[in-house]
Order: sequence, then C-alpha cells, then structure tokens
Amino acid sequence: MSEDTTLLSLRGLRKTFDTQEALNGLDLDVIRGEFLTLLGPSGCGKTTTLRIIAGLEMPTEGQVFLEGKDITLLPPEKREVNTVFQNYALFPHMNVAANIGYGLRMRKVPKADVLKRVDEMLRLVQLEGYGKRMPSQLSGGQRQRVAIARSAVLSPKLLLLDEPLGALDLQLRRQMQSELKKMQQQLGITFIYITHDQEEALNMSDRIALMRDGRFVQLDTPHNLYERPATAFAATFIGETNILDCTVVGISGEEVLLDMSGIAIPATTEDWVVPGQTLCLCIRAERLHYAKKSPEGFFLRGTFKGSHYAGSERTAEIELNTGHTLFSRQRTEQEETVLPGETVCLWWDRKTAGLVIDDREETT
Amino acid sequence: MKTDGSAGGRTYLAALPMSLWAFLFVGISLLYVIGLSLLSRGEGFGAQLPVTLDNYMRLGDRLYLRSLWLSLRLAATTALMSLLFGYPLAYFISRARPRARTWLMILLIAPFWTNALIRIYGWKILFYANGPINSVLRSLGLIEKPLKLLYTDFSVLVGMVYAMFPFFVLPVYSSLERMDWTMAEASRDLGATPLKTFFTITVPMTLPGIMAGLVLTFIPSIGLFFISDLLGGANTMLWGNLVQNELLKSHDMPFAATLSVVLLALTGVIILLYKRVGGKADDIVF
Repeated sequence: MSEDTTLLSLRGLRKTFDTQEALNGLDLDVIRGEFLTLLGPSGCGKTTTLRIIAGLEMPTEGQVFLEGKDITLLPPEKREVNTVFQNYALFPHMNVAANIGYGLRMRKVPKADVLKRVDEMLRLVQLEGYGKRMPSQLSGGQRQRVAIARSAVLSPKLLLLDEPLGALDLQLRRQMQSELKKMQQQLGITFIYITHDQEEALNMSDRIALMRDGRFVQLDTPHNLYERPATAFAATFIGETNILDCTVVGISGEEVLLDMSGIAIPATTEDWVVPGQTLCLCIRAERLHYAKKSPEGFFLRGTFKGSHYAGSERTAEIELNTGHTLFSRQRTEQEETVLPGETVCLWWDRKTAGLVIDDREETT
Repeated sequence: MKTDGSAGGRTYLAALPMSLWAFLFVGISLLYVIGLSLLSRGEGFGAQLPVTLDNYMRLGDRLYLRSLWLSLRLAATTALMSLLFGYPLAYFISRARPRARTWLMILLIAPFWTNALIRIYGWKILFYANGPINSVLRSLGLIEKPLKLLYTDFSVLVGMVYAMFPFFVLPVYSSLERMDWTMAEASRDLGATPLKTFFTITVPMTLPGIMAGLVLTFIPSIGLFFISDLLGGANTMLWGNLVQNELLKSHDMPFAATLSVVLLALTGVIILLYKRVGGKADDIVF
C-alpha cells in the first residue's frame, strides 16, 4: 500500500487493563476516503481501538500513524481525528449551535466564520433553525445528527463513530444508515465505524474488520466477508450458517473428500488443506436446498423436523442420521409442503460451500 | 414536591406527619422567636408587653450595621475560600480509585466525630505565640519574633474555612460524581486543552453543586459565633456574637430574638435568590 493512499496505520497495538488483555497486537491500514467498520461481539476491543486512535487511551505497546506521522503520544486535542461518541456526549449546558461551534471556537476561528460554518453544518444535517435549542429538547435522531455535525464541522482527516445508531429504533436506524453513508461521501471524510450489528456493517462499509478477543479475524469487503469467510467464527458471526465438522480424507486435484461422522462429503479444496486435518465446511442456510425428490449429483438425506415461517422466507430444521441439525432457508413462493418426520434430500452448489479452520472454541 | 393530579391528595396526606413534625419543632419555635422580638425586655431573663417595634428601631445603629457588614463579608470570604480549597479536593476525591475514594471521604468526615468547639480550641493552641506554628517558623529561621496569629482576622478566617469547607466539598463531590466524563473526553476530542475543558465543561456541569456548596458555607457562616469568639477574641463582633452577648451577657431576650429574626430573614432571602438562579433547594440537603 503506497504512502498517499494510507491514512492511518496501526502497528502492533496492544492494550492491557490491569491484567485483562484488551488488544492483542493489532495491525491495520486505513485507506483514505474509505468507510471502514470494526465489527465484533461486545468486549472484542472495538471501542478500545477507537479510543486509542482518538488519543483517549494510551496503548500499552505499539504505534499509531496518521499520514505517516507517529501520533501515538499526541493528546486528543492535537489530533486531526474526531469522535462521535456512543451516547453523543452533547454538552447539556450549551445549545445546538454552541455545541457544533465548540471545536471551531477552541481553534480560535473568528466568530463570524464560526456562525457561518455552524449554519452550513445545520443545513447539511437537516436541522436548520434548531441552533437555539438545547440538546435536551431534541429527539434521539436529532441529537445523533448534532453529534456528527459537531465533529464533521472540523473537517477531520478521520471521523471515528462508536455505535452512533445504537440507541435509535430500527426504522430510524435504517434511515440514518443511508444518510450517514451519503454524508460520508459528500464530506469525503474517512470513517471508522463501530458496530456489533452485522447487517449495518454489510450495508454501509467499504471494508469490514471483524474482531474477536482483541484481534482481527478477517479484514475484507462485505462481499468477501460473506462469501468467503476466513474462519468458522467469521462464518457464524455474519449470516446464518451451517457448520459441518469434518476430517480431510483425501485430496485429488481441486477436489477434497471430507468425512463427517461417517458421511463422505466432496468439496472444493483450498491450498492450506492437508489430509487428516479437521476443519469446517460452511454452508449458508439460504444456499442449502431440500426437497422430497432426490436431485442429481451429491446429496445428503435427513429428517424434516419443522420450520419457522417468516413471510418471504421459511427456515427448515433438518436432522441428519448422524444427529447433526442443519438449517435451510428458502423462499416461500414455490415451496413444497413437507411434513415433520418425512425424509428429505439436502444439496448445495459446491461453489457456495467453503472450507474454514475451526476457531469457535478459541479464547484468549 | 411534584405530584400528578390523581395522586395529589394522597401524597398530601402521606406528607402530613412530616408537616406536623416540621410545624411542631420548626414552626412553633420560629413563631416564638418572632413573637419575642416584638416584646420589651422584662425582669431578669423575661420579656413583657407591650408589643412594640422598638427592638427593630435599634438596628439602625452604626454598631449593628457595621457588625452585619463584617459578618456578611466574613461569610462571603469563607464561602469563596471554601470554593478555592474545596473544589480541587472534591475533584481529586471524585477522580480517585473507588477504594481510595472511600478512604478520602472517611478522612473528610472523620473530624465531625469530634465536637467542633474542641477542634477550634485545637486551632487556638496552634496559633499561640509560643504554639507549634511559631516554633516551627522560628526554628527554621524564617522569623525572629513570634507572629501574632491568634485574635486576628486571619485566625478567624482560617477557623471558619476549616469548619465550613467540608460542607462545600460534599455537594460538589456529589455533582462531580454524577458527571458524565465522556463530556470532558468529547471536549478534548474537539480540541480543548485539559484546562480549557475544566472551565468550559466541568465547571458549568457541576455548577449546581458549586451553588449549593456556596449557600451551604455562606449561610451558617453568618451566624457562627464561637469561632470568632475563640480565635478572634473581643476584636471581632460578628452578628452571631451580638446575639450571644444580648442573650448571655445583657440578658435582653427580646432584642436577641430581633437579631435572630434578622439572620433568619437574610437566610431566607439568600435561599430565594439561589432558587431564582435555578438552584434546587433539594441540592442543599442532597
């Protein structure tokens, strides 16, 4: 990655709280102008990473570079990085305009310019005429916009957003997702966005860094993260996935033969797969098909246990004779009636089933 | 107390014992003092009719006006000095680790387990011409002759601030404790230095505590008499000393009552002003 496309670099970042290891050696390059999401379960170190980038927390080890300059020791007020806090942290004793203008006033921008830029910002976040209101008089969505305006008005090189939509209801959340994305493109500011909501991450991001236990599990585009998860954890964290624990029996060319509790399953091999290895075969629920009639080619047999109807889709629960339960999600428009207890055939397109290493039990 | 319409009546009933208690122990004694202030001096400790405003007329005397001015000035200085020393202490305690915080609070409150009068006697000993402070200064060669510390405005002020500043620390501590520190982080993030953040965010956000602390130190300071008595000697005639003198030396109960009513009225006005600027009376009692 060349110097001018990389905006921010993290090198060997570690953070220990007392004896608790929060970050376990992070390396990351953020590309100028991108929307990068840190995704992961709570306690995975997302917020700690963000706070270190903002300067609100000191790393125990490692460095932070902004445009090639080491800013690890710089206090937050000296960094061209701004944060939108999870609870917005709007100053309750200042009105909306004073909140938005705060950063400019701290930078000693002339008063007339502050007023002008605050007005521009209010227009951008569609809150014209709200300047005189106090934060307590705003709705959640409006507060959220003020928080973004307050940071964005400083035209930071990098905007950090810590679950900014976490407190909003689902409908408003969806609406704000597209607004935020639009705003990011309009402003041309690089975003690092935190969420634990996989759908939000897939919707908005250029790239997603999936985190777990203070490490990156996978850093990839939403498409690749979904289609080609790197590990079983990545596969289960995003989307609904069937994980089949298998042992590699043999490899010939592109093909690998797997054994799952006595059932032989063919799959497409990967370059890291070796005979005798235990690994997981992941099949997304919506890509696992079932029918009473047997298909051409490879299939498994199972017993239909029941299903959950969800309007356009139905998720069926099918038990293999090995005792494994698999889930298959199908569109309801042309579904076949299957009764519980009936035997069905299960199959999938081999291209859509990936081999991954098993990291589900890992903990630090 | 805020109540909604439907529960209003019942809440009122529930508060009845409290109101009764307040009337018995506060209301009656207040009425007694006000009534007394309208009578004339009687034999010995007594009071007698007729009802008169004579006592209030006497207040116009220069002596009393001067004493009132001195008392208000000392109370204001005490409150401001409490702010100066109390705020940093409250800040320090609230930012300490939870275990340390508990110990610091105990240290702050521990002196209250001893009688205030005895603690002020302690200061008196410290201030003696041959007391610890002077001996230390002398042995360090900083002074040749002992400093006159006792019976000065300085010693009275020290005693007052010492006695009053915990009442400043407590409400400020509780508002610092309740403060959302991400506000300070947001301020730093937006480019403010720690000092700037303190004055633009922390102080305004803890203003209710500061106001409560000022009222809590100012009001009792106007009436405190034993500190000026012990550390100021006869040099300082504060309002509290006047009340004490009229009562215990001149045995003029009605006039002592009049002086007390003035103090009460003053306190009432200050609390009203405090409420006017947005303070909640609840914050004082926290």
